Amino acid sequence: MSTSLLLRTVSGPLRNLGHFKAGSVWTITREAHNKSKSLLAQYGGRFTVTMLPGDGIGPEMMTFVKEVYRYAGVPVDFEEISFDPNSESETDFFDAITSIKRNGVAIKGNIETRENRPGQISRNVELRNELDLFTYVMNCESFPGVQTRHKDIDIVLIRQNTEGEYAMLEHENVPGVVESLKIVTRANSERLARYAFDLAQKQGRKKVTTVHKANIMKVSDGLFLETCTAVAKEYPNIEHNNMIIDNCCMQMVAKPQQFDVMIMTNLYGNIVSNLACGLIGGPGLLSGRNMGPQYAVFEPGTRNTGQSIAGKNIANPIAMLNASVDLLDHLGLDYHAQLVGSAINKTVNEDRIWTPDLHGQATSIDVVQNVIRNIQEQTKTKNWGGPRMGR
Amino acid sequence: MAASRRTTALLKSVVGSQLRSYSKGVRTVTLIPGDGIGPEISAAVQKIFAVAKVPIEWEVVDVTPVRGPDGKFGIPQAAIDSVNKNTIGLKGPLMTPVGKGHRSLNLALRKEFNLYANVRPCKSIEGYKTLYDDVDVVTIRENTEGEYSGIEHEIVDGVVQSIKLITEGASRRVAEFAFNYARSNGRQKVTAVHKANIMRMSDGLFLRCCREAAEKNPDIRFEERYLDTVCLNMVQDPGMYDVLVMPNLYGDILSDLCAGLVGGLGLTPSGNIGTQGAIFESVHGTAPDIAGQDKANPTALLLSAVMMLRYMNLPDHAAKIERACYSTIKEGKYLTADLGGNGKCSEYTDEICQKIAAE
Repeated sequence: MSTSLLLRTVSGPLRNLGHFKAGSVWTITREAHNKSKSLLAQYGGRFTVTMLPGDGIGPEMMTFVKEVYRYAGVPVDFEEISFDPNSESETDFFDAITSIKRNGVAIKGNIETRENRPGQISRNVELRNELDLFTYVMNCESFPGVQTRHKDIDIVLIRQNTEGEYAMLEHENVPGVVESLKIVTRANSERLARYAFDLAQKQGRKKVTTVHKANIMKVSDGLFLETCTAVAKEYPNIEHNNMIIDNCCMQMVAKPQQFDVMIMTNLYGNIVSNLACGLIGGPGLLSGRNMGPQYAVFEPGTRNTGQSIAGKNIANPIAMLNASVDLLDHLGLDYHAQLVGSAINKTVNEDRIWTPDLHGQATSIDVVQNVIRNIQEQTKTKNWGGPRMGR
Repeated sequence: MAASRRTTALLKSVVGSQLRSYSKGVRTVTLIPGDGIGPEISAAVQKIFAVAKVPIEWEVVDVTPVRGPDGKFGIPQAAIDSVNKNTIGLKGPLMTPVGKGHRSLNLALRKEFNLYANVRPCKSIEGYKTLYDDVDVVTIRENTEGEYSGIEHEIVDGVVQSIKLITEGASRRVAEFAFNYARSNGRQKVTAVHKANIMRMSDGLFLRCCREAAEKNPDIRFEERYLDTVCLNMVQDPGMYDVLVMPNLYGDILSDLCAGLVGGLGLTPSGNIGTQGAIFESVHGTAPDIAGQDKANPTALLLSAVMMLRYMNLPDHAAKIERACYSTIKEGKYLTADLGGNGKCSEYTDEICQKIAAE
């Protein structure tokens, strides 16, 4: 078989073949830089990542990510896919899914779904279901430089991402009476719990709290709680307790420092993650990771479209930039992750360049330019060297 | 001419209302002391009401479940008759035995008296400092259906479904109640909290009912917000919200969240409004560890009783008792342990009584 045919069958997107230079080293990335078992598209030393700008502030945020990556010398190419929320056709959306399946990772903004027909599932939900992204992980850490009522928060939120209240199965049997189904399965609860405890173990966390409402929803949340408790027994060195969601919310606003790792179903995860974002400084700072057995999708933590501030240059780009750092971390590009991550932290905590949501005066572009300046500071003395050839 | 007509109308309404309360005389209210610290805090409330000369007679009943003729545990008939007759009740904390086939007592009361709206005003209390100073929010929660309908099945082994029920009737009822409450308590804005982007049909129906109620009440501002946005904003700037109306689960969570902002369940009043009457209650637990030791804090039950007075159209007595309570907390000399002091329940109660008598 000719070399080019071999490359075509095993490498990433076909268009990259044009950049192939004879003699370059390339690797099949089934093992290399793999934190999960996902298949990453790496070619010629560069990764290909799907980019879904979404609506609202999504597109502007994506241009910032590309700018920052350029200055940090990140070996990532983006395959950008946008779709028109008004269009009835589904082909664009399924193209996006295929692209993510091919590339293994994606970075996305929030996609708006207009109510075209009753029973239409939210595009974001459909994406998560198709790719089986069963976990949503958010690292909620206080920014020391940002003025908040609560300090020293360090919570890892692990939220079930595909079922629960977001099953989107509703029907109206009798006019005026609507039923909405919440689905909880043992299989999904179990792998979520295992993921959580594995992560806790890897990161050296001491305590896992399951959040539920099993006193009222005895069967569904009861199953969830039971499964988490059973998995906890396999990790005897990690403490496990459980808390009812309303008590949990009360504790979060009084003393959030008591929480370490939290596991919960979809809706409670939504509530607690927004609570945590609010306590840390708002929707513009934290990012979240949608993780599945094969694919990973990164996005800003609170999943807001930001329609009302789109195009005004006041949106906080930190959330999306943090998502891009999560992406670098996942791809195994540790040097670049550290470079961009520390530039972001310096911008927020030391330089204090803040957009209006953090009560600052800067514009989005000011923040991004500051991040880039910090990157340039750090890379001033770096010798980038030549292409990675075997010479 | 017009001025005197207006004055006459005003006089008529004032005198009329006074006449109404005189003609009604003393009203009987059912009192359910509850378990644990229930009896002592109920006694405290009765004492304070006596000193304030509130025209109320108490009818104390016990709701400990008894085995009915069908073998199932239920509320004793005497209690049901009492509340049905008096139409107003004040309830202390109840202990629900876990499992063992007992239906939640609170749920049973709710069903029995068709209490469709739960109202929880959360206001920052001067003298008890929390990280939030400017909270003044009222959460109105639909109390009968939603996620708490209790309809759950195991479809196959390992797959469970729980049904959330939203009906037009219940949603409309609670929406209209929210606007009426806002109007009669001088509130400016009602916010409907929902998740209609995900639960399009169910929360969509709820939202539609709220919108219809808003159209009928153009004097009150109306807005709709996603649940996550409300949570996000509530912990950053609680002053953004005034009255919140929402289905059962969101209401449960948000009302506890707001209670946490002002200092916890030990300071939060709560009222359950039904079609034929209302039950006001304290929402904290029974605290069996401090029961009988004169350490309990009666503030939650007292403020619920104040809410009850306002509902019964006795605003002057309500204001007098509320003022005394707030100033006692502000002075901080006789606070109970949960508020950071080392006073006794009886001392706290006496101080409030003194303040009322002094007015």
